[in-house]
Amino acid sequence: MTTMTDPPQESFRLSMLLNDTRYRSYTFQFIALIVLIASAAFLMSNLFSNLAAAGLNISYQFLGTPAGYDINQTLIDYSSQSTNARAALVGILNTLLVAFLACVTATIFGVIAGVLRLSNNWLVSKLMSFYVEIFRNIPVLIWIIIIFTIMIAVLPGPRAFRGDEPAASMVFDAIAFTNRGVYIPAPVWGAGSLLVVATFLLSIVGVIAYRRYATKLLYDTGRLLPMGWPSLAILFVPTLLVYFIMGMPIGLDYPVLKGFNFSGGIKVGGPLIALWFALSIYTGAFIAENVRAGIQAISKGQSEAAGALGLRQGRIMNLVVLPQALRVIIPPLISQYLNITKNSSLAIAVGYADVTATLGGITLNQTGRAIECVLLLMLFYLTISLCISAVMNVYNNSVKLKER
Amino acid sequence: MSDTSAAFVRTEQVPPSPPPTSATGPVKWAKDNLFSTPLYSLLTIAAFYFIYLILANTLPWIANGVWGTSSLAECREALNGVSGGCFSVLTERWNQLLFGFKYPADQYWRPALTFLLFFAAAAPVLFFKLPRQLLLFTALFPFIAFYLIWGGTILTPILALVGFVAGYFVYQRFVAGSFAAGFFGGIATAFVVWIIGGMLIPANANEGALLSTVPSRDLGGFMLNMMLGVTCVSLSVPLGIALALGRQSDMPLIKWICVVFIEFIRGVPLITLLFVASVMLAYFFPPGTTTDLFLRVVIMITMFSAAYIAEVIRGGLAALPRGQYEAADSLGLDYPQAMRLIILPQALKISIPGIVNVAVGLFKDTVLVSVISMFDLLGMIRGPILASTEWNGVYWELLGFASLLFFVVCYGISQYSQWLERQLATDHR
Amino acid sequence: MKKTVIFGALTAAGMAAGAAAAGTLDDVKARGTLNCGVTTGLVGFAAPDANGEWDGFDVAVCRAVAAAVLGDPTAVEFVPTTGKTRFTALASGEIDMLARNTTWTFSRDVDLKFTFVGVNYYDGQGFMVPKDLGVSSAKDLDGATVCIQTGTTTELNLADFFRSNNISYEPVPIETNAEAQQQYLAGACDVYTTDASGLAATRATFEAPGDHVLLPEIISKEPLGPLVRHGDNEWGDVVRWTLNALISAEELGITSTNISEMSGGTDNPEINRILGTEGTLGEMLGLDADWAMKAINASGNYGEIFEKNIGEATPIGLARGLNAQWTDGGLLYSPPFR
Repeated sequence: MTTMTDPPQESFRLSMLLNDTRYRSYTFQFIALIVLIASAAFLMSNLFSNLAAAGLNISYQFLGTPAGYDINQTLIDYSSQSTNARAALVGILNTLLVAFLACVTATIFGVIAGVLRLSNNWLVSKLMSFYVEIFRNIPVLIWIIIIFTIMIAVLPGPRAFRGDEPAASMVFDAIAFTNRGVYIPAPVWGAGSLLVVATFLLSIVGVIAYRRYATKLLYDTGRLLPMGWPSLAILFVPTLLVYFIMGMPIGLDYPVLKGFNFSGGIKVGGPLIALWFALSIYTGAFIAENVRAGIQAISKGQSEAAGALGLRQGRIMNLVVLPQALRVIIPPLISQYLNITKNSSLAIAVGYADVTATLGGITLNQTGRAIECVLLLMLFYLTISLCISAVMNVYNNSVKLKER
Repeated sequence: MSDTSAAFVRTEQVPPSPPPTSATGPVKWAKDNLFSTPLYSLLTIAAFYFIYLILANTLPWIANGVWGTSSLAECREALNGVSGGCFSVLTERWNQLLFGFKYPADQYWRPALTFLLFFAAAAPVLFFKLPRQLLLFTALFPFIAFYLIWGGTILTPILALVGFVAGYFVYQRFVAGSFAAGFFGGIATAFVVWIIGGMLIPANANEGALLSTVPSRDLGGFMLNMMLGVTCVSLSVPLGIALALGRQSDMPLIKWICVVFIEFIRGVPLITLLFVASVMLAYFFPPGTTTDLFLRVVIMITMFSAAYIAEVIRGGLAALPRGQYEAADSLGLDYPQAMRLIILPQALKISIPGIVNVAVGLFKDTVLVSVISMFDLLGMIRGPILASTEWNGVYWELLGFASLLFFVVCYGISQYSQWLERQLATDHR
Repeated sequence: MKKTVIFGALTAAGMAAGAAAAGTLDDVKARGTLNCGVTTGLVGFAAPDANGEWDGFDVAVCRAVAAAVLGDPTAVEFVPTTGKTRFTALASGEIDMLARNTTWTFSRDVDLKFTFVGVNYYDGQGFMVPKDLGVSSAKDLDGATVCIQTGTTTELNLADFFRSNNISYEPVPIETNAEAQQQYLAGACDVYTTDASGLAATRATFEAPGDHVLLPEIISKEPLGPLVRHGDNEWGDVVRWTLNALISAEELGITSTNISEMSGGTDNPEINRILGTEGTLGEMLGLDADWAMKAINASGNYGEIFEKNIGEATPIGLARGLNAQWTDGGLLYSPPFR
C-alpha cells in the first residue's frame, strides 16, 4: 500500500481530534477512559474515606471463623462450628439444588401447558391460557409466599399424625405429607445391592440399544417394532429378578413419628418444596409461552405435509414439529433457567437456606460485614449466569451450523 | 291412464331437513371442542372437576365475606364458624395499602391526583393517534408529579424545569453544528442552571410551602410500587438506548464498558442489587452526605432495567436491515444524525413490545423492595398489617388483594402490548 | 416522576453535605429532626399504629432524645431497619442512633465500631411452645423444629444451647415476626424462639394467648440498648445521659405528672441537677438546661414508659424482672448526675 501514491500528507491539527473520523474515536475513548477512571476513583475514595470515618475496614477474615449457627438443610457435613465459608458453600449447594429441581419441573409444566394451550380442546386450552396469564402477571415473590402459606395451612402438622385416631395418616404408610415437609422412605443399601444397581444401569443401556435397533429396523425394512412395553420390560424385569434372587438387599427406611418430628427416611423440607413448586409453576407459565411461540413458528405446511405422508398426530408432533420448534424454544428456555436461578434468591421469604439466606442473610447479620457478603453473593450469581450463558452460546452456535 | 301414468314428479325442492341434533348447536360444539377423542374427554372432565374444586372453595368464601368489622377477632365472631373472608381488613387498611402508613392522611388527594394525571400524561405516549401537542403535558408531568407527591417549595420543580428548558434551547442552538456540542452543551447548561438556582433557593424554602413536604421515607403501599415502576422504567429507556448504542459501537473501550455493565447487571438477581442499595451504596456517596433509601433504590432498579432494555433495543437494532445503515451513510449523514433520524426511530418501534415486557417484569419486581424494609404493598402486608394485634392472621384476603392489583395492572399492560404489536405489524409491511 | 426525583434529592443531598461538617449533635440541631433507626415492627417495642404513628418502648427512647436535643418529642424521623440494614444505616450516617432491639456484644462494639450507650432492656432468649405439647423445659426439645425470628444473636445462642446440651433440633430461620408467627401457629414448628420480650409481645397478639407457654429457660444474656457510631463522643454522651435521665427519674420519683411541680426546685440536689435548676449539666452536654426535663416529659420516666408500652397492664404483660431499679432488686443502675 505504501508504494502507492499517498495523498498529500496533511499536518496534524488539534481540531482533527474532534472533526476527523480517524482520530475522533480515539478522542471519545480517551474521554470515556478519563470519565471511567475519574468516577471509579471518586467512588473508591468515597468508600475508603467513609470506611475510615466509621473506623471499618474491608476484611474477609470472617469467612474463616466459625459461623455459629445451624442450617436445617445441608447437603454436605456442616455444624454450627463450621466456618462461615462452609456455611456459604452449604447455601450455594442449596441454591443449585432448588434451581436444578425447579428447572426440571418448570420445563415439564411449561411444555405440557404450552402444548395443551394449542390443543383443540376448548376448555383445556382456555384453562391453560388462564394459568399462563394469572401466573405471569403476579410477582413471583407473592406466589412464593402464597404457595408457602397454602402449604403450611393445608397440610397437617406432625402432631396430627399422633394418637389412636389421628387426624392425618401417612400415604401407603410410607410417605408423610406434613407442613414441615414431605417424609419419604430412604433406601438402605444392604450387601449385594451393588449388583442390583449394576443390573439396573445395564438395563438402561439395554433399553437404549433396543430402541436403536428398533429405529434401524424401521429405517431398513419398514417394520415397526413396539417401543413402549419392551422398554419397560427391559428396564425393570432383570433388575427385579436380581433383586429377589439376591434376597431383597435394598430395604427401605420408613419415616416414623418419633418425638416432635418424623425421623428416618428422607425429609424434603417444606421451604424447599414451596420454593421449588412456586418457581416451577411461575416459570412454567413463561416456558409455556415460549413453547407455544416455538410451535406456532413452525409453518402449518410442515404438519400438513407430515399428515399427508400418513403420520399420526402424535408422531407429527414428535418427529416433525418439535424437532424444528426446539430450535426456537431452547434459547429463551435457557434464559428462563437463568431466571429461575436468580429468582431462587427469594428463598429468604420462606426461610430456605440458600446462599442469599446463609451468606447474604445470617452471616451478614451476625458479622455485620455487609460489603464483603454482598460482593461475594453477587460474584456467585454472576459466575452461575456466565456459565449458563456460555452453555447457551455453545448451543446457539451448534444450531447455527445446521442451518441451511 | 294418462292422468295416472306419470309417477310422482316433484316440482319443488325438498326443504333441507335440519341437521341431527348431534351435529348442531351446543352439542356439536361440545363434541368438537370438548369430547373429540377419549383422551380429550378425560381431560375435559378433569378440567371441569378442577374448576369445580376451585369455585366450590372460593365462591362461598367470597360470598360469605365480612366487610365491616374492625379486627380479626370481631370478624371471626361475625362469621360464626362459617368459611368466609375477612375483607374488612381491606376496607379498614385501605389507605395504608395504597399509600403506606406514613403518608399524611389529609394529603391523600395528592398522590391520587398524580395517579389520574399520570394517565393523561401516559396517553399520548401509548396511543400514537392522539394529538402530538399532548406530549407537552407529558413533558411537564414529571415536575408536576414531583411537586404533588413530595410537596415542599414549588421552586425546586420549577428550577428543574428551567434547567431542562435551558438545556434544550442550548441543544437546539448547537445541534445543527455538531451533535456532541449540542448534547454536552445542553447538559452543561442544565447543570449550571441547577447549581446557580440551587444556591438561590433559600434553605428554609420548604417551610410554610403551599403543599407540605413529605419525605420519601413516608411513601409506601401500592403508590410506592407504581412510583418505582414508572420512574425506573422512564429513566432506564434513555439509559438503555445509550447502552445499546454503546454495545454496538466500533470503539472497543466504550463497547467493553457497556458489555461489562450489561452482563454484570443481568447476571445478578435484583435482590442483591437491592442489598447493594440498602447496605452498600451509602458508602459510595461523598462522606457526610446521606441519600435517602428511595433514591438509592431508584438508582439500582434503573440500572437493572436499563441493562435489560439495552438488550431489547440491541435486538431491535440488529433486526434492522443492513441497507438502512448503508442508506444513511450514503446520504452523508454522520453517526448522530443517522441514529437520530433513520436508525433509532425504526429500531425503537420494533423494540416497543419488548420494552413493555421488561416494564411489566420490572413493575412486578418492585415488590422485592419489601425485603429491604421499604413498605410497599407487600411490605405493608408482611410488616405493619400482619404484625398488628387486630389483623394478625389475615393472609388470604391481603395476598389475594395484592395479587389482584398486580394482575389488573400487568394484564392491562400486556394486553396493550399485544394491541400495539398488531398495530405496528400492519404498518410495518 | 422522572428526572426530578434525582434532581430534588441531589439538592437535598447537597444541603445535607453542607450541614454535615460537624458532629452528629450539631447535625441533628441543624436538621431539626432526629433520624432514629427502629425495627420494622415489633408490637410494644416499635410498631406503627393504625394511624401510622410509631409507638413503643424503643420509640420512647428516640422521642426522649429528640425532646432533649430539639425540645420536641415529635421531631423524630423513624427509619425502619431490618437485621441486615441496621448497621449500615448507622455506620453510613443515614440514622443518628439505632434504638432497635440490638444486643450489646463484644464484636459489635469493638469490630463493627459502634458505641452502645447503655441498656434499656435486659432481655434473654426464651422459648414459646403450645401448651398441649406438654413440654416443661427447653431440655425436652430434642428433635424439635424451632422457628427462629432472626434479629439479635438468636441463631447463635440457639446453636450454642442445643450443642451444649447435646440435643438436636431443626432450625427454621424467618425474617419477619409475622411470618414466624404464622408458621408457629400452623404447627410448622414446635417451638418459637426469640428474645423473651419479643415472645411475650408476639403471644399478646394471638387469638388465644393462654394456649401457649413460655419455657422457664432463658438461654442467653441479651442486653438491648441504643447505639451510636464510634468516635462521636459528644453525641454518645447525649444519648447515654438521656437514657440515664429516664432511669434516674424513676429512681428519684420524677414522673411526668409531678415534673412541672419539681422543676420549681426541690430539696433533693440530684433532682435539681437533673431538672436543670441547679448546676450546669445541660450546658456541659451542649444542650439547654432543661434538657432532661423535656426528655422525661416526652413520655414519662423509664418506669412509665415500661408500664405504658410493655408492662403488666398491657397485652404484652411483661414483669419488670431484671429491668426493675437496683433498689427493687433489678439491674437498672444509673450513674449519678453530678
